[in-house]
Amino acid sequence: MNGIVGAVLFLILAPLAGGLIAGIDRKITARMQGRVGPPILQPFYDVGKLFEKESVVVVTAQNFYVVAYLVFIALSGAFFFAGGDLLLIVFAFTLAHVFLVLGAYAVHSPYSHIGAERELIQVMAYEPMIILAAVGLYMVSGSFYVADMAATTVPAILYLPGVFLGLAVILAIKLRKSPFDISTSHHAHQEIVKGITTEFSGPTLGQIEIAHWYENIFLLGLVYLFFAWNPVIGVVAVAVTYVAEIFIDNVTARVRWQTALKGGWLAALLGIANLAILSYMMIGGA
Amino acid sequence: MQTLLFLILFPILVACLLLFVKRTTLRYAVVALSALAIGGASIYLLVQYAFEGAVYFAAPSEAAGLAMLAIEMVLALFIIYMGAKFRNYPAIALAVVQAALIVYLEMTFPENLQAAHNLFIDQFSIIMALIIGIIGSLIAVYAVRYMETYHHHHPEVRDRQGMFFFVTFAFIAAMFGLVFSNNLMWVFFFWEITTISSFLLIGYSETDEATRNAFRALVMNLLGGVAFVAALIYLAATDPASGGIDLARVLASGDTTLILVPAVLIGFAGITKAALMPFSSWLLGAMVAPTPVSALLHSSTMVKAGVYILVRFAPIFAGTFAGFSIGLVGGVTFIVASAIAISQNNAKLVLAYSTIANLGLIAACAGVGTHMLVWAAILLIVFHAVAKSLLFLGTGAIEHRIGSRDIEDMEGLIVRMPKMAVMMFIGIAGMFLAPFGMLISKWAAIEAFVQVPFGLIFVAILAYGSAVTVFFWAKWMGKLVTVTRGVERIEKGFLEEPWAPLYIITGLVVAAVFFFPIISSTLIEPYVLAIYGVTTGLAQANIAIMLLMMALLLLLPVSFLLFRRTVKHLPAYMSGRPATADLRFAGSLGMTREAQTRNYYLTDYFGEARLFRPGAVVCTVLILASWILAGVAL
Repeated sequence: MNGIVGAVLFLILAPLAGGLIAGIDRKITARMQGRVGPPILQPFYDVGKLFEKESVVVVTAQNFYVVAYLVFIALSGAFFFAGGDLLLIVFAFTLAHVFLVLGAYAVHSPYSHIGAERELIQVMAYEPMIILAAVGLYMVSGSFYVADMAATTVPAILYLPGVFLGLAVILAIKLRKSPFDISTSHHAHQEIVKGITTEFSGPTLGQIEIAHWYENIFLLGLVYLFFAWNPVIGVVAVAVTYVAEIFIDNVTARVRWQTALKGGWLAALLGIANLAILSYMMIGGA
Repeated sequence: MQTLLFLILFPILVACLLLFVKRTTLRYAVVALSALAIGGASIYLLVQYAFEGAVYFAAPSEAAGLAMLAIEMVLALFIIYMGAKFRNYPAIALAVVQAALIVYLEMTFPENLQAAHNLFIDQFSIIMALIIGIIGSLIAVYAVRYMETYHHHHPEVRDRQGMFFFVTFAFIAAMFGLVFSNNLMWVFFFWEITTISSFLLIGYSETDEATRNAFRALVMNLLGGVAFVAALIYLAATDPASGGIDLARVLASGDTTLILVPAVLIGFAGITKAALMPFSSWLLGAMVAPTPVSALLHSSTMVKAGVYILVRFAPIFAGTFAGFSIGLVGGVTFIVASAIAISQNNAKLVLAYSTIANLGLIAACAGVGTHMLVWAAILLIVFHAVAKSLLFLGTGAIEHRIGSRDIEDMEGLIVRMPKMAVMMFIGIAGMFLAPFGMLISKWAAIEAFVQVPFGLIFVAILAYGSAVTVFFWAKWMGKLVTVTRGVERIEKGFLEEPWAPLYIITGLVVAAVFFFPIISSTLIEPYVLAIYGVTTGLAQANIAIMLLMMALLLLLPVSFLLFRRTVKHLPAYMSGRPATADLRFAGSLGMTREAQTRNYYLTDYFGEARLFRPGAVVCTVLILASWILAGVAL
């Protein structure tokens, strides 16, 4: 029953929270760059305006893939807040992302095509680490269910510092932040043409934005699980992590895809080293 | 027992009949009817024995044993003749060694070669029989029209369709025999038949390349065959109390260190047949054969025999270092083959590498061999067979239409061959996306490996491996769904019949997701319970989530109706230049230029030249390690 409540709350509240966080993000970013920045609610105005625009497409099918993307992102996040199996949730997110990539392929446009390929490279870069994060949390909490991970009294972060650091690296990819925002970026200074979202406009682009908010909330939830033994520390840690990501976003420039791929895979190696030590401790007698 | 005998003998009868059928329509009728009979009989088998556990039959052994020995000797002579004809001396040498070992075995231990029960059936065998009986015979049906078109496209190839279908059905019969035999002598006999069958089918076109690759397959599989005979000699020479050559008694034997040596030898035979590294090259070479042969080898026969025997011996491997080493051979194969698949643009090669990768994963599960891993391994066998056969048959049909098997040439297939593209889409989704079966099995495998000592290494392999898998499948999918303008629809004019098997298998890929909880609870879980005393399965909540996802996937296409009205179409963005929908843009000096899109293959990182040899070396070392470890344990 708790699970269904969590899922429903996520489906309703996540876009609001996600939009709000995006607004705060833009404000902090602006301050870091010495600007005043837009109002906190600006992301909502932007998305609202997108939905008022005329629907223009290159091919009709592109709308279908974006709807599928949004639906599966929301659904996967809902499974997470319902306390489901974390590995299944990770794979459900992969399914959602494949839909976005297919949408970009479907339009048959040079920029969108390159964006799609680069998005796939990103998926390939972050997937190992995110699976290992799930495995790490399992090793600490003894269960793959998010509900059990959230209820654990063990301070997971103390056992999984390497996993957490690795996750922080790939979080930059997932939040579409520099230096790993190779498929599309929030910032105009990174690119002139918008990568994977080049051919999406109006309501369709609005849907992609909302999906992104949903996903960000899931990611912050994932970060929270490392600190779940103490909710106060947990919320603070999530905030600190996010601000750190904004900081890194503002002090780095986009790298080439080779570096992004190596970065993600080296982060996973760090995670594996952490897990190896942990499992040695578990078998070895600690 | 009648059903078992029917499934082994009936295909042989059909095979002999097909030798003499010359007209395509008649051949089609014979093949379709026998496919119906074989498929029906395997389903009847399911109904008959699904709830009975393992049932053993004392089939007549004296006469059958003699006949098998005679056939083995004839086949050895045939290999020697072919080897002499094509100057392939390793094949001759191996055939001679193998024949000599068999004669030695028969002469020295005649009294130890009798099993109390020669045939048996249990849930695992039922699953294998369903795969062979349904997928295998559907491929045969597809092959009839395909081969007709094939000879139309390749007038230079000698028409030996009589032989082709004879071997195909003999192959199916041998596979049935293999999974029903409890006498290891019989298993070995059928094992050798599959080796020869694949040799004949791969070499069908009689070109130099085909002959060379056929011999490579033959030599590698004979190597495994020699190891198999060595295991038989070992078993016959040891005290019959530890099991002799009775499969069930060997598996149940308490004397695990003694049994480990033959298990590792038979495991080696499994590794060669399942085309794990360093023996992958035979399966890659096998793609010179007509596409139905590839579909058969990759999905329902041959390689599945290799993993079948590995999974059968999993309880012996469990918890031993030798078994772990075999598991690592599978794990390394999985990750290396998946990575190489990224760099391939030939559709059949991508499929082949993906098969090798998945067989590696199954071997990894079997080598480590805990009850959860065996559950995952059997699930992998089922889902892989269904999805991979669809992809091979689809690629064959596409190749006949567009004249290419290059993935880049499949761009815009959704416009040119919509039905085919949707089927390929479902097949590819079946290979790597949630909630389809392959992904469920990978997921289960990760959760199982975490609980094994040193299982972390497999978890790491799976984490990287699944990331790589997403990349190479998704970019292929992307090519299929690209909506290109100004191209012709070429689906029409295709012969009606070959679509039926494709439709049925596509239906099976989707149905497998819905029926998998039932397959798991009625067949796989009881099998695991019988072997290990504990069983496993997916939690109800997760099954519900998967079914929900699948239902949504089926519903989502309805949303297309919503977009009908919102149509203002613009050409793609071409840096602001005037452009048309087919990616032509106004270049400088008034020229119209065309833009093209091509996928990434990342050859510098994932190329065959860079990865294959290191992978093969590591796997060779691991195989040798498994032998040494089994010897040391003794």
